[in-house]
Amino acid sequence: MQTKRTIFGNRVLPYALLLPQLAITCVFFLWPAGQAFRQSFLREDAFGFKTEFVWFENYGKLFVDPQYHNSLWVTVVFSIGVAVLSLVTALVLALAVERTLRTARAYTTLLVWPYAVAPAVAGILWWFLFNPTIGILPYALDMVGYDWNHRNSRVDAMILVIVAASWKQISYNFLFFVAGLAAIPHSLVEAAAIDGAGPLKRFFTIIFPMLSPTTFFLLVVNIVYAMFDTFAVIHATTEGGPAQSTNILVYKVFEDGFIGLNLGSSAAQSVVLMVIVVALTVIQFRWIERRVQY
Amino acid sequence: MVENRPLLNLLSHLVLIVGVVIVAFPVYVAVIASTRGPTDFMSGLIPLLPGPHTLENYRRIVFSGVSTSGAPPIGMMMVNSLVMALAIAIGKIAISITSAFAIVYFRFPFRQLAFWMIFITLMLPVEVRIVPTFKVVADLGMLNSYAGLSIPLIASATATFLFRQFFLTVPDELTEAARVDGAGPMKFFRDILLPLSRTNIAALFVILFIYGWNQYLWPLLVTTDTGYYTIVMGIKRMAEVADAIPQWNVVMATVVLAMLPPVVVVVLMQRLFVKGLVESEK
Repeated sequence: MQTKRTIFGNRVLPYALLLPQLAITCVFFLWPAGQAFRQSFLREDAFGFKTEFVWFENYGKLFVDPQYHNSLWVTVVFSIGVAVLSLVTALVLALAVERTLRTARAYTTLLVWPYAVAPAVAGILWWFLFNPTIGILPYALDMVGYDWNHRNSRVDAMILVIVAASWKQISYNFLFFVAGLAAIPHSLVEAAAIDGAGPLKRFFTIIFPMLSPTTFFLLVVNIVYAMFDTFAVIHATTEGGPAQSTNILVYKVFEDGFIGLNLGSSAAQSVVLMVIVVALTVIQFRWIERRVQY
Repeated sequence: MVENRPLLNLLSHLVLIVGVVIVAFPVYVAVIASTRGPTDFMSGLIPLLPGPHTLENYRRIVFSGVSTSGAPPIGMMMVNSLVMALAIAIGKIAISITSAFAIVYFRFPFRQLAFWMIFITLMLPVEVRIVPTFKVVADLGMLNSYAGLSIPLIASATATFLFRQFFLTVPDELTEAARVDGAGPMKFFRDILLPLSRTNIAALFVILFIYGWNQYLWPLLVTTDTGYYTIVMGIKRMAEVADAIPQWNVVMATVVLAMLPPVVVVVLMQRLFVKGLVESEK
């Protein structure tokens, strides 16, 4: 680990400086995580009278539970939907902004502010637009012959949460794509243009490959976002329904733990999710290490 | 831009205008809805032009709240949100800057261990371990308090890393000069390191303020007393009622008030915001 050449000598001071951070980490992060781990091996009745050590029974049950399979599948569809929709939209907008000169700043300002909107608020906004009774989008869809109802239709509900979650993420991806595009050497693009490559050809042979580190990084970040930060979108709109069709893993942990009071299963799901986060973080960090060598 | 292609330029502007419209449309509809009377939402279509009830709607929710849903005045919820967002932003910056200072400028036993313990918090989002964290906070008697709303969210690996990276770029000569002049570690921290970190602190503050203001699940769990409701979670309570009795005008007025402070912060401090966002991901 890197340190300074010049350091200060003091026995007590560094511990005092670290104390607040470490105390909060231990009390609110490590201890609860440990509790989740312990709980995942226990079976407890809903009133907490009796606790029994059951080894891997909670995990075993979880992995054969069709509802959990459904939730896994829903999470995969949702994450890919959010990642693809928000990445493609953001890339198109970033490419367009790069072609404008004087107005680039104004467009950027007009595009980045949704980052500041809370996921819960984003959910409510789209819920209102898609409201089957008075919403404007179902009205428009009705004209082309589509009967929109996210209260009954599994597909409609999924589209609603994907759109609401992506809307908020576009601004984030946009900023990173703009930074990525700015980092591509101008000489490369100019050389290709002199050799007669048109804008489309330049995009596919130079710009897109040069952007691939940014794209990969954003892909991981977006999947993490879709898996863990979209709880509020789901809770504020569909609440996992209809018929479990939008019950993503993070929502299921909450639902089974707080509403279903199935603590053992909820804890086992927490542990599975932690493993997924650790894996994704490792992937992200490996990528950062690789980028340093460029 | 390499060559001048008028048609492609036109297309770019067209794409951007469509993009801006799509991004802004939900918010436009919300603002319009907040200016209409309650009868406009009984049937038909969402109105798309402003109505005459703006002041009336906002005055009602800010000062008296929506009595039918048992929600407290929005003014109070906004104060709670502000307290929580400020506590989280300032708290996170304070504890991460001191721990980054300790890790970079001192050599002591268990330094590596401390670093890894902080690192681990990065991997455990609150949603993932929500049940046991709630239990800890309940056992500590921190439900329905500002401390319970903010302290569990204060630990931050990202901010610690950001400050660590920055401190590593501060020239050693500065430290040497300070030591030659007889400055102790805390004097060096206060008079040299803090002023140098000013932009970093400001950029981080913008990001963390938004993070704190937008918290949803955590306030939903730890507050049962309406006196501690924050505005972002309060909307949900109001919208549930609105599904039965259409009160979309007041719900949307609340939505507008809930997103106004963070959006204003981002628009006014765009440069700091972009810096904070891009740096904190490195």
